Amino acid sequence: MTATARVLPAISTGRRVKNTFVQGLVWLAFGLAIIPLISVLWLVVKNGLARFDLTFLTHSMRGIAPRDAGGGAYHAILGTLEQVAIATVISVPIGLLTAIYLVEYGQGRRLARTISFFVDVMTGIPSVVAGLFILAFWILILGFGFSGFAGALALSILMMPTVVRSAEEMLRLVPTELREASYALGVPKWRTIVRVVLPTAFTGIVTGVMLAIARVAGETAPLLLTVFITNSINEDPFNGPQMGLPLYIFDQMGRPNDTAIDRAWAGALTLILIVMLLNLVARVIAWWRSPAKAR
Amino acid sequence: MAKQIEVADLDAYYGSHKAIEGISMTIEPRSVTAFIGPSGCGKSTFLRTLNRMHEVIPGARVTGKIRLEDQDLYGAGVDPVSVRRTVGMVFQRPNPFPTMSIFDNVAAGLRLNGRVRRSELEGVVEKSLRGANLWNEVKDRLSKPGAGLSGGQQQRLCIARAIAVSPAVLLMDEPCSALDPISTLAIEDLIAQLKNDFTIVIVTHNMQQAARVSDRTAFFNLAGPGKPGKLVEMDDTSKIFTTPSEKATEDYITGRFG
Amino acid sequence: MATSLRTREGGPATGRSASRHDRGEGPFRFLTTGAGILLLAIMAAIAVFLVVKAIPALQQNTSNFFTEKLWTPNGAEPRFGIAALAFGTLISSLLALLMALPVAVGVALFISHYAPRRLAGVLGYLVDLLAAVPSVVYGLWGVIFLVPFMSGPATFLNTYFGWIPLFAGDAVYGRSILTASVVLAIMILPIIAAISREVFLQAPGSLEEASLALGATRWEMIRMSVLPFGRAGVVSAAMLGLGRAMGETIAVALIFPATFEITLRVLSANGNSIAANIANGFGEATVTGRGALIASGLVLFVITLAVNMAARLIVARRSFGGAA
Repeated sequence: MTATARVLPAISTGRRVKNTFVQGLVWLAFGLAIIPLISVLWLVVKNGLARFDLTFLTHSMRGIAPRDAGGGAYHAILGTLEQVAIATVISVPIGLLTAIYLVEYGQGRRLARTISFFVDVMTGIPSVVAGLFILAFWILILGFGFSGFAGALALSILMMPTVVRSAEEMLRLVPTELREASYALGVPKWRTIVRVVLPTAFTGIVTGVMLAIARVAGETAPLLLTVFITNSINEDPFNGPQMGLPLYIFDQMGRPNDTAIDRAWAGALTLILIVMLLNLVARVIAWWRSPAKAR
Repeated sequence: MAKQIEVADLDAYYGSHKAIEGISMTIEPRSVTAFIGPSGCGKSTFLRTLNRMHEVIPGARVTGKIRLEDQDLYGAGVDPVSVRRTVGMVFQRPNPFPTMSIFDNVAAGLRLNGRVRRSELEGVVEKSLRGANLWNEVKDRLSKPGAGLSGGQQQRLCIARAIAVSPAVLLMDEPCSALDPISTLAIEDLIAQLKNDFTIVIVTHNMQQAARVSDRTAFFNLAGPGKPGKLVEMDDTSKIFTTPSEKATEDYITGRFG
Repeated sequence: MATSLRTREGGPATGRSASRHDRGEGPFRFLTTGAGILLLAIMAAIAVFLVVKAIPALQQNTSNFFTEKLWTPNGAEPRFGIAALAFGTLISSLLALLMALPVAVGVALFISHYAPRRLAGVLGYLVDLLAAVPSVVYGLWGVIFLVPFMSGPATFLNTYFGWIPLFAGDAVYGRSILTASVVLAIMILPIIAAISREVFLQAPGSLEEASLALGATRWEMIRMSVLPFGRAGVVSAAMLGLGRAMGETIAVALIFPATFEITLRVLSANGNSIAANIANGFGEATVTGRGALIASGLVLFVITLAVNMAARLIVARRSFGGAA
C-alpha cells in the first residue's frame, strides 16, 4: 500500500458548513434571549435608582398627586408582604397534603391520576382568571368587599399547583428504604410520613415554597380585581382595599407624569429585589442542602 | 480495506485524571485483536481513543500518536468526524435508533453523506445485513422498527449499521456482555467472518471469548491503586494464554486476581 | 419481546398492616385525600362561579356574544362580544409563539449540547431569570422602552415587507399587536426553553454515541438522536407557552392600542386581548360590565384549559418502546 493513498475520507463541505451554520444559529439564539434580560435589568436599575430612597420605602401616596414629586410605596410593600404571607399560609398546607396523598396514598388510583392531571392543568390557569374567580365568588356572590385577603385567596390558587408539584418531587426523592425501615419498627404509616418522610424532604419543600412565593409576589392582574387600589396605608388585610407592589407599579406607569413613571421604576426595582432575594434564598437553601447530605 | 494501526506512547486523561499511560502497540490488519484486563484498567478508554470517541466526554483529552497506515489520527486539521467514519464502533449495549426502521438504521451512516440512490442503498443494506448474519431473519420486515428485535439481533443490527459505511477498522466494546450465550455465539461466529474484511479490535471481560475469537491479545492492568492503566504485554493469543512473559498476565488468566 | 417480558408489580402495600390499628391513620389519610379533592373542587368552582356571574350579563346583552366585536357593556343597552378580543388574543399569542419557539429551541440546544459544560449551568440559570422577572416589570419596560423602540423595526417591516398582509398599512405605530407579541415572546421563551432543555438532556447518551461513531457531525448527531426524542416535549412546551401568552394580562395591558377591530395588520394602531381588556375595563365597569368581563374570562379559561390539557396529553402519550 502506498503512502499516497488517502486514508481518511473527506467530509463534504456541505456537511461542514451546515454543522457550523447550526452552531452559529444556536449561539445566536442564546444571545437573542439574553438581550431582553440585560435590557430589562439595566433599565430597571438605572431608572429605579432615581427614586429608590428612604422616602420611597417609608411613605405612602396619600395626598400626593401624580405630578407631585416624593411619595412612596410603603403601603404597597406592606400590602404585598401581608397578601403573600396569607396566600402562603393557605396554599402550603393544602398543597403539601395533596402532595402527600399523591405520593404516599394515591399510587395508581384513578382519583390520584385525576388530581395529578388537574394540578398540571391548574398551573396553566391565567392569573387574571384566578382573580375573576375570587371576584365572582368571594366579592360578588358572598358579598365580602375588596381586601388584601381576597387578593391572597386569588394568589393562593396560583400557588397551590406549584407547591404540590415541587413537594411531590421532593417526597418522591425520599428513599423507600427509609420508609420501610420505619414500618419495620412498627411505626404506623402516617407517623412515618410526619416523622421520617417530611423531615427528610423538608429543605427541598422549603425551596419549592420560596420559588412559588417569588412567582406570585409579582402577580398583578389578580390583585387588580380583588384588592383594588388605594393610596393610603391600610394595615388590615381583611378590611377595605389595600395596595400591592405590582399593583402600585401598574397604577403609576399608567399615568403620563414623569414623577409617576419614576415611582413606577423605583417600584419595579423594589419588586425585582424582593423576587430575586426570594429566588436567591431558595437557591442557597437548595445548594446548602446537597453537600449537607454528604456530610 | 483493512488497515494497520500503530500507537506510540499514548496517554489519555479525564480532566486532570490520567486514565491510561504510555501505551504503544501495533494492531495488524485482517486480524482480531482482543484487549483483556481487570475492570477500570483503561482498556475501554484506550479503545475509544482509537476513533476519537474518547474526546466526546467533556474534559477528556489525549497525548501521543495514533497512526492509521500513514495518517496521524490526532494530527492538525484531522476532523474527528472523518476518523469515526473510517474507524467504526459497536457498543456494549445494542443501541439501534428506536425511531428508525431496520432498513433506516443500516442506511443511517450512508445517508449522512448526502443523497444516495435508493437502489444503491438497498444493495448496501442487504450486503451489510448479510455481512452481519442478520439478513435471513429480518428480510421480510425491513420497515419494522429496529427496537422490536431481540437483544442479539439488535447487536447484529448495530454491527450491520457500522459496516455499512465500509470502515477500515471495527472497534467492539464488550459487544456480548449484554447478550445471552446463544446470541454471544452468533456474534463470535460473525467476528471470525468479519476479520477477512476489517481490522477488528475487541474489548472483552471474558477470557474464553478472547481465546476463541482473537489472533492477538493485549493484557492491560493498573500500575497500582489510583494509578493510570498500562499495557502489560501483547502477543499472539495462543502464547498469552499458554506461556505469557509477564507474571501479572499469568496471574490474571489463571484467575488468581481480577 | 416487549410483551413477553412484561412484569407486574405485586405484593401487599408495605406498612399497611402495621398501621391498621392506629388511631391517627384514618384522620391523616382523610386529611390528605381531602386536600386533593379540594383542589379538584376549586377547579370545578372556578368554572361554576364564572358561569353563574356571567349569565346575568349575557342575558342583558343586546348583541351576539360570539360574533359581536364591540365591547360596550356599561351603557343602558349593553352591547358586547368576544369576537375582536378572542381574535386579538389568538393572533398576538400565535405571533409570540412564532418568534419565541425557534429561539427557545436554540437556547435549549445551546444549554444541553453546545455551551461549554462548565458554563452551561450558569447560562441556563440566566435564561431562567427571564422567567423570574414579574410581568408588570415587562409591562413597564414595554411601555417606556419597547414601544418607542419598535417604531424603527416596524417601519422597516412595513417598507420592505408591506406586501405581506401582516405588515401592510399606511402608517405604523409603536403600540401595536407586534409590540405586544414581542413582549409575550420574551415572557414565554424561558418556559419553552426550560422544558425543551429537559427533554433534550433526556435523549439517551447511547444513541448520541451511536450516531457520532457512524461519523455524524454534531448537528447530524442532534438530528438523528436528540430531536426525534425531543419532538413531543417541544410541541407540548410550545402549547404551554401558547397558553401562557394567551393568559398574560398586565405586561400587554398598556401596550395594546385597546381597539375592537379585527385586523391582520399587526403594525397598525389596533389590537387587544381578552386579558388586557379585563385589566383595562375593570375600573369603570358597572354590574353588567363586570359580568361581561367575567364572561370573557370564562372564554379565556376554556381556551387555555383546552390548550393546556392538549399539551399534557401529548406528553402523557409520548412513550417510545425504549432503547433496549
